[in-house]
Amino acid sequence: MAFDPNNLMQDRITDIGPPKYDKFFPPVIKENFGKWKYHEILEPGVLVHVAESGAEIYSVRIGSARLISVDLIREMCDIADKYCDGYLRWTTRNNVEFLVSDKSKLQPLIDDLRSRGNWFPIGGTGNSITNIVHTQGWAHCHTPAIDASGVVKSVMDELFEYFGSHKLPAQVRIALACCLNMCGAVHCSDIAILGVHRKPPFIEHDRVQNVCEIPLVIAACPTAAIKPKKVGELKSIEINNNRCMFCGNCYTMCPALPLADGEGDGIAIWVGGKVSNVLSVPMFSKLAVPYIPNEPPRWPTAVNTVKKIVEAYAAGGRRYERVGDWINRIGWERFFEKTGLEFRHEHIDDYRLAMMTWRTTTQFKF
Amino acid sequence: MAQKHATPMLDELEKGPWPSFVTDVKRMAPKSKMCEDWLGLMEMSYRDKEGHWKHGGIVGVLGYGGGVIGRYCDRPDLFPNVAHFHTVRVNQPASKYYNTQILRQMCDLFERRGSGLTNMHGSTGDIVLLGTTTDELEPIFYELTHDLGMDLGGSGSNMRTPEGCLGMSRCEWSCVDTQDIIYDLTMEYQDALHRPMFPYKFKFKASGCPCDCVAAIARSDCSIIGTWRDNIRIDQEAVRAYVGGELVPHAGAGGREKGSFDIKAEVVDLCPTRCMEWDGKTLKIWDEDCTRCMHCIRVMPRALRPGLDTGATILVGAKAPILEGAQLSSVVIPFIKMEPPYGEFKEFVEKMWDYWMEHGKNRERLGEMIQRVSLREFLKACDLTPDPRMINTPRFNPYIFYDPAEVPGGWEHDGVAFRQRHQA
Ligand code: HEM
Ligand code: HEM
Ligand code: HEM
Ligand code: HEM
Ligand code: SF4
Ligand code: SF4
Ligand code: SF4
Ligand code: SF4
Repeated sequence: MAFDPNNLMQDRITDIGPPKYDKFFPPVIKENFGKWKYHEILEPGVLVHVAESGAEIYSVRIGSARLISVDLIREMCDIADKYCDGYLRWTTRNNVEFLVSDKSKLQPLIDDLRSRGNWFPIGGTGNSITNIVHTQGWAHCHTPAIDASGVVKSVMDELFEYFGSHKLPAQVRIALACCLNMCGAVHCSDIAILGVHRKPPFIEHDRVQNVCEIPLVIAACPTAAIKPKKVGELKSIEINNNRCMFCGNCYTMCPALPLADGEGDGIAIWVGGKVSNVLSVPMFSKLAVPYIPNEPPRWPTAVNTVKKIVEAYAAGGRRYERVGDWINRIGWERFFEKTGLEFRHEHIDDYRLAMMTWRTTTQFKF
Repeated sequence: MAQKHATPMLDELEKGPWPSFVTDVKRMAPKSKMCEDWLGLMEMSYRDKEGHWKHGGIVGVLGYGGGVIGRYCDRPDLFPNVAHFHTVRVNQPASKYYNTQILRQMCDLFERRGSGLTNMHGSTGDIVLLGTTTDELEPIFYELTHDLGMDLGGSGSNMRTPEGCLGMSRCEWSCVDTQDIIYDLTMEYQDALHRPMFPYKFKFKASGCPCDCVAAIARSDCSIIGTWRDNIRIDQEAVRAYVGGELVPHAGAGGREKGSFDIKAEVVDLCPTRCMEWDGKTLKIWDEDCTRCMHCIRVMPRALRPGLDTGATILVGAKAPILEGAQLSSVVIPFIKMEPPYGEFKEFVEKMWDYWMEHGKNRERLGEMIQRVSLREFLKACDLTPDPRMINTPRFNPYIFYDPAEVPGGWEHDGVAFRQRHQA
């Protein structure tokens, strides 16, 4: 039965969930599920997985922008139809993997991908800088301090040599979130790029009572900075600017409290986080640079700062050492020295439990 | 054909070796009015250094409380074709395997009924159809469920679309079947996914081993991470082959040169628990000391493999920094067998949800509630027994809230008897 806009209940299907995960497995994956023996990275971006039965599957990993059009997906489909019997997958970090079951098609696939300009860069495996996980930015969200896609593109252009090579001490995971809500996983990344607002919201008193539920706005503020206030005849609110940490929650609840500001907003950079349990335990990213101005279209200062950090790490990190492990070994005083980044008062924590981060020993390096 | 809106700033992002989203969308613009205006709006954002989207209002499909994010542009006068630009979250098949047939169907649907732009994928894991209008939502949902066999994902205060690593489908280290676990949870809790019933969002993520490729420990209210309790399997022949330079260490992740591998410096001495020994012929592991950090296994994948008594560690409470500060998930079940139909695990989940729904405040993530009520209350509510594996260290403050039930006489003093012993 065709869709009938006047009778939505007709023939309605709900709660069917996603297609089952194995519906789109290549046959070799289906047959060897749970029976893989080992894998090897043949060259950056090209993996082989070998099953106990001796069966093999090759994966060619390419970077993508995450924000992609249906035409680009169709082009990927054309490629997968030609070399992969129509099978491909996406990784958690927005890369695409072409799944090759027939070894004779591997090299032709690689050659084909390389022949298509800059659409399908091969890499993102091993000790590389793989794709940047990121959020929406100006493309689609309402609270961003910075764009996401443009910053990611600019950083990846600059670090491109590391995407298709294995020359770093360990893998480097970069993430970007365009505001403090951090819809992404930035807080535990080797390098995190975070959009920050630096001005509290302004209040459009004439609109507040018409477009906002005042109690909800008050409840939304994590630092309890918002109080109700009458402005003449108008029911409105006031904000204790000294308590505001620029999270934008109140704006989400109430569009009469805008906080974006082209000149106030910008980028903070964080370093040394990780999520894997390998060698060292998971770690949060810590502040490296509190503020860099918003510089569209290519954010040169932010890009160069990230590059400086990567290069200092590439020069000083030991094999298998993640950025955070490297910093823990050399100490923060050395980190700021080696990267040439300025240490400022913003680096010293003054939020809750701040004293956990102060140095309570006479051990440090001169 | 000339572009509708000039985009001199965005055009700068067409340069360079990384794929350009600008070039991609510009290719679409001649056949999509939404793409055309989206480019103009983006250019304006680049110029103003401010976004131009307004927060959403409630839009969605009948009977569902999530899956669509309302979005309106604040300059419909200039860019009428993106006046409405809602997002539809579509639940991805676990760990994102596709064939080209289903992808082409999705592309056709979204070109016909939306902007033709997507996120593959959103951070939660969903397929994101970026940009459509309110009147297209029901038709999109109808076609998704009828023709594609797909359904919406989560948004709002509900269970969000669960996601896992690719697990046993292609990874030799996976100790649990992450894909089946994710699929099973997604199907079992469809109601919680589509109809907000929680104080705030709730996320499951599953990784097959402690490498945690989906960052479960940092990004999910309930993290399921595969592990094992017995011994690392060792193939001594293969260890010698690594040492002898016949095999490439680290599966080639650090380059492919052979022969330079120093097992002592690169494995034995780096082992965080110092539980390995290499005498030149045999590798010995004191498994009772191993904390399963995966390092030796990932460096010599053809020689070492996780054990066979496999299951998962369950951790809860990760959340982003807003409010009480960021949290990683904390261990609450050090080991659980994860076998279908996952009854023991689901019992835990339901106790946890019941407690959270009763005690959680509006917009309080699980981790925040646990911080407020204490881990001990949470453990009690879920019938879990305290275990040293749940902590890094016992407390180092003396402010213990003793349970009156465990003190003889509870909180009552015998004042009369006291004064018989002590003068006032
Ligand atoms: C040292 C620890 C790690 C090791 C040894 C490791 C190893 C691997 C291996 C071998 C694969 C390929 C699995 C396969 O495709 O068969 C893989 C995939 C992947 N890894 Fe890791 N990884 C580690 C840490 C991480 C971390 C910390 C992240 C992210 C923060 C990460 C993200 C990914 C992603 C996104 C994939 C693709 C898997 C998928 O889409 O499900 N990995 N990793
Ligand atoms: C250093 C500053 C931080 C930045 C730039 C940052 C950035 C991000 C980004 C981009 C995401 C995207 C997640 C996704 O892919 O779903 C994310 C997610 C997350 N972050 Fe952070 N983060 C930061 C600090 C923290 C801290 C300190 C914590 C907690 C201790 C934290 C906890 C989380 C959690 C739990 C998620 C998972 C989100 C979810 O999917 O529910 N973040 N963060
Ligand atoms: C009050 C706080 C928050 C608000 C108002 C908020 C709002 C939003 C909005 C409006 C979107 C849709 C963006 C778009 O497509 O236009 C979104 C996406 C998302 N949010 Fe949040 N969010 C908040 C906190 C968080 C936190 C704390 C996390 C994780 C720790 C998170 C994780 C996500 C994820 C994973 C997405 C999908 C984003 C993507 O794929 O790019 N959000 N959020
Ligand atoms: C199990 C918990 C603790 C016990 C049993 C304990 C016991 C004691 C005792 C018996 C003294 C000597 C008192 C005296 O001179 O008459 C002392 C002194 C002291 N304690 Fe603790 N303490 C504990 C925890 C702490 C903690 C958590 C701190 C601080 C973070 C702390 C800080 C001090 C300080 C500063 C002194 C004074 C030292 C001095 O002036 O000589 N104690 N404690
Ligand atoms: S931006 Fe955040 S901290 Fe500041 S007033 Fe609004 S809700 Fe409160
Ligand atoms: S004595 Fe001090 S400086 Fe010397 S090795 Fe020990 S800790 Fe280091
Ligand atoms: S988390 Fe472990 S099992 Fe899952 S893909 Fe990563 S390495 Fe493999
Ligand atoms: S897994 Fe980690 S802790 Fe265990 S033996 Fe290997 S290196 Fe040591």
